[in-house]
Amino acid sequence: MANKLSNCETCPVHQSAYLKKLGVNTDNWDYVLALAGNPNTGKSTVFNALTGLRQHTGNWPGKTVTRAEGGFLYQEKRYKLVDLPGTYSLLSTSTDEEVARNFILFGKPDVTVIVMDATRIERNLNLTLQILEITDRIVVCLNLIDEAHRHQLSIDERKLSKELGVPVIPTSARRSEGIQELLKAIHEVANGLYICKPHRIASGSKPLRRAVSHLVEKIENRFKGISNARWIALRLLEGDPRIIEAVKDGELDKLEQNLKSIEAV
Amino acid sequence: MKNHTESIKQQEQKISDDILDTANSLRWELGENLHDSLLESIYQDAAKISEKVVTKVDAKPRYDWDKTLDRLLTSRWTGFPIMLLMLTAVFWITISGANVPSALLASLLIEIIHPILKDAALTIGLPLWLNGLMIDGVYLSMAWVISVMLPPMAIFFPLFTLLEDFGYLPRVAFNLDSFFKKAGAHGKQALTMAMGYGCNAAGIIATRVIDSPRERLIAIITNNFSLCNGRWPTQILIASLFIGSLVPAALGGLVSAGAVVFVALLGVALTFITSWFLSRTILKGEASAFSLELPPYRPPKILQTLYTSLIDRTIFVLWRAIIFAVPAGAVIWLSANLMIGDMSIGEHIINFLGPFGLLLGLNGVILFAYIIAIPANEIVIPTILMLTVMTLNVSSVGEGAGVIFELDDYRTYTELFSAGGWTLLTAINLMLFSLIHNPCSTTIYTIYKETKSIKWTAISTFLPIMMGLTICFFIAQLWRLFFGTG
Repeated sequence: MANKLSNCETCPVHQSAYLKKLGVNTDNWDYVLALAGNPNTGKSTVFNALTGLRQHTGNWPGKTVTRAEGGFLYQEKRYKLVDLPGTYSLLSTSTDEEVARNFILFGKPDVTVIVMDATRIERNLNLTLQILEITDRIVVCLNLIDEAHRHQLSIDERKLSKELGVPVIPTSARRSEGIQELLKAIHEVANGLYICKPHRIASGSKPLRRAVSHLVEKIENRFKGISNARWIALRLLEGDPRIIEAVKDGELDKLEQNLKSIEAV
Repeated sequence: MKNHTESIKQQEQKISDDILDTANSLRWELGENLHDSLLESIYQDAAKISEKVVTKVDAKPRYDWDKTLDRLLTSRWTGFPIMLLMLTAVFWITISGANVPSALLASLLIEIIHPILKDAALTIGLPLWLNGLMIDGVYLSMAWVISVMLPPMAIFFPLFTLLEDFGYLPRVAFNLDSFFKKAGAHGKQALTMAMGYGCNAAGIIATRVIDSPRERLIAIITNNFSLCNGRWPTQILIASLFIGSLVPAALGGLVSAGAVVFVALLGVALTFITSWFLSRTILKGEASAFSLELPPYRPPKILQTLYTSLIDRTIFVLWRAIIFAVPAGAVIWLSANLMIGDMSIGEHIINFLGPFGLLLGLNGVILFAYIIAIPANEIVIPTILMLTVMTLNVSSVGEGAGVIFELDDYRTYTELFSAGGWTLLTAINLMLFSLIHNPCSTTIYTIYKETKSIKWTAISTFLPIMMGLTICFFIAQLWRLFFGTG
């Protein structure tokens, strides 16, 4: 089926049959997507390409100051897309980073799409690796691939995908290239057709590893079926007040239940 | 059952507390460098992976445009002249390009459609007062705002957006950063200041990019010193009439353009001075450090930019201006047509304001016009014209009491203004007052929405108007001291 279609994938008739841009109409969604990434990687452009909205894009970091939402219909499923503010990390305490992190953790996105700048892989990986610790439903959108080529960079996206354990789709959202492939990957992760095996950051020293595994055991015992126990443990060890609070009032528990009930539907 | 869930809850709470206690004691054992060691392992992994997947194609290194451009645009010697040139070019294209379409729109909306509407109103037998209020008041003020505002905005916003898409704005911020830092403000204020040249309300919203509340407030309060779209027409008209006419005709255009640029630069200077003042008084604090990444230059997508800047910015701002111009049009018409004794309300107010105006080197008409025109700076000049005609009882120009109109000929303006007692001092102070007065009501409302504070909204409103009144007063006194008249 996929082979048959690939011939006409560039045909607009084919595309319109699969992607329907819904603009700001995000009622009755089946899946929630979060759009995360470093500043100035073209997140808003990807957002616009998917939703058909024309959120203002600009070539300077920090352009998106409010959380933007939009929707699209793909393969008869309705997706709600949330454009998060661009951040370099999720570890410090700026408002932007907290908005992004809390949404990925507590906003229960079904898939988190990480937009990476293909010309700055190493720096962008810092954020990507952190998000990989929090959630295991991820698609990496390797944007600005045309610019990388212009800068004589060759990127092995299949190897990158293997290293990260998640789908990696090269795109040039400005030219609407790779959007179909991106949609397909999102669809597969959202529907459980692709199971991500996210890369885990090396845990450093022996005492740290011991401390983490000790905590993870307790956390998994308290919050059954939790997928990011290791990350929670690390945050607790660092004394992150928001996470401590979430453990205290059982918010994490509710999260897992909610996710499951969505899956059941 | 209830007991059962209750006990589960208690048990869960116990485990949660146990988790937190364990984490607490482990934290002490591990020491304080956990954060750093975590960061380190993230960096290590990122470097490892990136090394595996990225290869630099061994081709002849291409000429690096980005670096060359950056060297030119952000250098100490060339950065500022280029910035000034760019801004002047943008304004020059806006000013000269907007003339023709503005005139076309004005003749369509005012000379052709207005009489048709008047006739139609007569035919359907609309009462005379309603006819005047709706068509001479509301419709004409709307028509004026559209014809004066739409063309310059439709040129300015796309030009600005193109520069933004290209990646020039972060370089401007980079150039101005040290100045803002010295003033105790945030370097990103350069970006919000630039947005303010289009529209102050848009500039205020743009201050969201500044994290620190202190620096954001400074950016909000001083944004008004960015001469907005609605004030450019006032500057250009008055400069052409009074300043350009001081020199031979051949130089007139250049000199009046220079005067406008001077006022704009004065606005920049006031931004720095006020920021400096605020950060040493009511908004005390050090400038926070920030890292501004200079993004790569990208060829702007011209058609898309045109579309988005037209829809997002131009139509949005225009629509807002129309909404505010409608009631203002009605107020102007009413103030000219409702009588107390043998004078209209408007004339009473102007006579009352006259002495204050004179003290400030302005006049009663201008002050009253600024009160009526709080909703939108765009309607200041038409209001001044209408009020001047009304007080002079000139019957040869204009179309009747309370009717906003536009004069086609500069000479007619000059005659009208000199009959109204205008001097060079009036003109200069009007240009200054247009720069330094309260923000329009939309901007005030936006400030309130953004700060959620009546106090800061009031400060943003009254600080500039007090400054404007003070500056105008001193200039008027000095002028009269040195030149005797005025």
